[in-house]
Amino acid sequence: MSDVVEKTLTALPGLFESQTGAAKITNRLRQLIKSITELTSKHEEENLIKRELSAIKEQVSSPNTTMKQMREIMVRAMYCEMLGYDASFTYIHAIKLAQQGGVLEKRVGYLAVSLFLNEGHELLLLLVNTVLKDLQSTNLIEVCMALTVVAQVFPKDMIPAVLPLVEDKLSHPKEIIRRKAVLALYKFYLIAPNQVQHIHAKFCKALSDKDPGVMASSLHIYLQLIRESPDSYKDLTGSFVTILKQVLGGKLPVDFNYHSVPAPWLQIQLLRILSLLGKEDQSTSELMYEVLDESLRRAEMNHNITYAILYECVKAVYTIHPKAELLEKAARCIGNFVLSPKINLKYLGLKALTYVVQHDAKLALQHQMTIIECLDHSDFTIKRETLELLFRITNAQNVTVIVEKMLDFLCYVPIKTLTFAPDNSWFIQTMNDVFSIGGDLLQQDDPNNFLRLLAEGKPEEDDQLRLYAVESYLTVLKGHTSHLPQCFLQVMSWVLGEYAHLQESVDRREVIRLLTQLLDQRSVSSETRVWILSALTKIPEGQTDLILDLAESLSSSQDTVLRQQAQELRHLSQDSQLREWVLVENSCAVDSSLSFLDGFVSEALAAGAAPYKPPHQRQEELSLNLEPYSFSLPVSLSSCSITDRQSPTLLSVSSGLSGNSAELSTLILEGVKRVWGKDGYLPQKEATAPPVDEPSAAVQPASQQEAAERIEPRPEPSTQNQDKQQLASSLFVGLGVGSSVSLVRKLFYDGFTASLRGNVMDCLEARSTSVCHYALLMDDPHTNVSLTGTVSYQTQPGHTNTLPFSGTLSTADFIRPLVVTTEEYGKLWLSLSHDVKQNLKLLTDAGDPLRTTLNALKDALQLHVVDIIGSEGIVACRLLSGAPCLLHCRVNGAALAMWLRSPHPALPDFILYHCQRALAHH
Amino acid sequence: MQFMLLFSRQGKLRLQKWYVPLSDTQKKKISREVIQIVLARKPKMCSFLEWRDLKIVYKRYASLYFCCAVEDQENELITLEIIHRYVELLDKYFGSVCELDIIFNFEKAYYILDEFILGGEAQETSKKNVLKAIEQADMLQEEAETPRSVLEEIGLT
Repeated sequence: MSDVVEKTLTALPGLFESQTGAAKITNRLRQLIKSITELTSKHEEENLIKRELSAIKEQVSSPNTTMKQMREIMVRAMYCEMLGYDASFTYIHAIKLAQQGGVLEKRVGYLAVSLFLNEGHELLLLLVNTVLKDLQSTNLIEVCMALTVVAQVFPKDMIPAVLPLVEDKLSHPKEIIRRKAVLALYKFYLIAPNQVQHIHAKFCKALSDKDPGVMASSLHIYLQLIRESPDSYKDLTGSFVTILKQVLGGKLPVDFNYHSVPAPWLQIQLLRILSLLGKEDQSTSELMYEVLDESLRRAEMNHNITYAILYECVKAVYTIHPKAELLEKAARCIGNFVLSPKINLKYLGLKALTYVVQHDAKLALQHQMTIIECLDHSDFTIKRETLELLFRITNAQNVTVIVEKMLDFLCYVPIKTLTFAPDNSWFIQTMNDVFSIGGDLLQQDDPNNFLRLLAEGKPEEDDQLRLYAVESYLTVLKGHTSHLPQCFLQVMSWVLGEYAHLQESVDRREVIRLLTQLLDQRSVSSETRVWILSALTKIPEGQTDLILDLAESLSSSQDTVLRQQAQELRHLSQDSQLREWVLVENSCAVDSSLSFLDGFVSEALAAGAAPYKPPHQRQEELSLNLEPYSFSLPVSLSSCSITDRQSPTLLSVSSGLSGNSAELSTLILEGVKRVWGKDGYLPQKEATAPPVDEPSAAVQPASQQEAAERIEPRPEPSTQNQDKQQLASSLFVGLGVGSSVSLVRKLFYDGFTASLRGNVMDCLEARSTSVCHYALLMDDPHTNVSLTGTVSYQTQPGHTNTLPFSGTLSTADFIRPLVVTTEEYGKLWLSLSHDVKQNLKLLTDAGDPLRTTLNALKDALQLHVVDIIGSEGIVACRLLSGAPCLLHCRVNGAALAMWLRSPHPALPDFILYHCQRALAHH
Repeated sequence: MQFMLLFSRQGKLRLQKWYVPLSDTQKKKISREVIQIVLARKPKMCSFLEWRDLKIVYKRYASLYFCCAVEDQENELITLEIIHRYVELLDKYFGSVCELDIIFNFEKAYYILDEFILGGEAQETSKKNVLKAIEQADMLQEEAETPRSVLEEIGLT
């Protein structure tokens, strides 16, 4: 078995010897633990515990068992429970032990009670009298135990019984009692706030208690109170500020220091309280600027605990009324977090950044590189926090990169972000990914919102988007469809039904065939079938044969809705007049008053039908659940106004780009029965409104403006963005064949011409000479590449000459200088992952050794010396196909310590090899 | 704080303290789940993770994992230091604590925890004060121990 058990076994004898005297009592427990460690299977353990529990059961029910034995039994019972076995028959004995035992038994009894029972457990009622008795005991230990159990588990209904006693303890001479009483009251406040309303004044006394422990405990209550109503406690700001000042000034006893930081827990509580008090309140905030500044300044030690305080401090600075100087300092602090190599600090830095970018999005720009690095972090927690941060800084410029990352990660892609979509194809493609991966996990509104986006555009503007969607969906449907989520199938069928006619080149028979195919699939749900049939109803014109076949095959379906739809489909395809009347192409008008039904209604009324009642009235009268009917109603094809009924949310296609009308229409449509309830309209309006806001953000001029405003204050957004994308692509795309064309062109301008594998760039015809430029790329570094080839040419028609040639190229031939500034170098350095370090020979023959060596390398290898600062030099180069490599050189005694970094794993090694060679040959 | 779990590298629970009322089945399910997630983490990873709507903060000391679940808005670093302070307390009390001390004296470990954290909040952060409270109660134990066992022996013989 494992080494831990082995250790346990070897250590056992020693443990027994050392503890024999004092701990005789728990010998049975020791035996139990020992025998458990000797077991090899779960099954054996189960049997052993079963035996143990039945032994315990026997003992507890025996009248001869003494309290002392009971104490030992209880410890064993606790152990069994911890292992996950049920020992509930001992619960009552735990209470008894607390009730009847001496102090020692009480201690175990109370512990067992707090471990075994929940606040709501009925047995706790039996404990109330014991607690009352112990609270009045003259033995301090008993009072402490009673208060401890009260603060952990106590029935809510019984609070009034003990409250006066606990309250009295607030003025007890012993600080430990006062402290526990404060925490017990805090607990009462949490579970039954109204019970402790009247003793607020006493909390104030606890806050000014001379013992720091009691005072610190009272802050738990204050934090809670202030969170609930900050305005009632503004007058205490001064006191909190004074306390924090005293703590910072080291006025507390050294016992409260933690790793030589004075009372960090107390500091953090105070900072939280202050930030709540100063929020949106300039005059209160002004009271705390000084102490916050001091707090930021004091926390300079490099220990987790100071960072914990700093984090709280930064949050406070950004929560209260802003002061430029403090904000600046706090922002610098965040930098320390984010750039820290310690992963826990980095995490907290990201968290702080996520918090502060809501106030000032610019701050994220400073840490772009780290953020991008963290996105690809191997730790899920870091990744997730980074995405949270990115979500908060999404704008029109960076949306592509960010959503891509989110998709990779797939926690969720809020449609809201997609309203920034840069172009149609990207949008549709991304939505395809979202639907097919996220699928049925998506919120129900998402597909509807997407369809609304598609439908609400003006015909001439958004036809492009629709066309692209149609094309893309046809491609999807031609592939494997069985794995696609239902909501995606529904979206596709709706779009095809509505917009397939836009695409001239599409064969309608093909569309019908694809949709019909879907109907045959077993995995397609009946709801989706309804969507598909609706789509089919809209498509055909003259394809009657296919439709009739389909209607025929469905007419025997077991699903009544499908059967009805098939029937309607058949009628419509046979009666072209009816069809024209029903399916007006691009029909946008909605007769929301349903006036065309007037005749029918009056006829029915005359014939004695009951008058119509809206669903909510019906529901009230019947109190039956009409859910299934009301659900299929908007989707199924009733014989009138078909175009409006295709999608539950798309009744108002006529609303143009205006956001207002979109909102209006949806408020009317989205389940009228939900909006109008017993209690009227307003309270539920809020519940349905938010999903509407999201999609309409794209079309609402107001929100667009808001987005623009958010972007504007940023310095040169476009260059920043380019920068980022360039980096993102160099990080994530790597060495791509796709980009070879532009790179090749660059090679040509570099004056580098080579033959063989490559691209024809240019053929210059001058008299009898052709100049052909070819480019050779190196995708992966190799020490040497030998190339052979032939040139064939014709001097006379039909007379071909062939010239063979060969040569050898090394990595060095593919290295080019990378011209960057020191700043860019710094950013890039942080973003690169593969590094290699080695000491090289330093050329000491002439002048400044570092400069000489770097110049020698530069001459031999086409490197770019970015900067030389003192004994350090930074050099940059890149492989022809794009991967950069950064070199950091430092004079280290008689050697040159070189540190190379590159996104390409092998490149640093090759460059190092060539540097070594170059210096050796010098 | 919502709960604290101490478990071994093999996933054996050594101590559990719940500060929110939950049923036994819920507790079992949660601890199983949390233990599994934490044990699957690699050593260089950060000590925090999101779990349901809570944050799990954990740290490994030798063969034992200390793990706390706190509310999402809580400061993870300070929770980490709470764990550390608890370990310091155990260390001081047992004299360079090891997993075995906690296994065999788990009730003591609970007493110390109850003096340090009460109802999910830090009660007393001064190491001296916590240990003083524990020692006082322990002393009582020894005083009570001697006369009783003598009496009992007399009674028995």
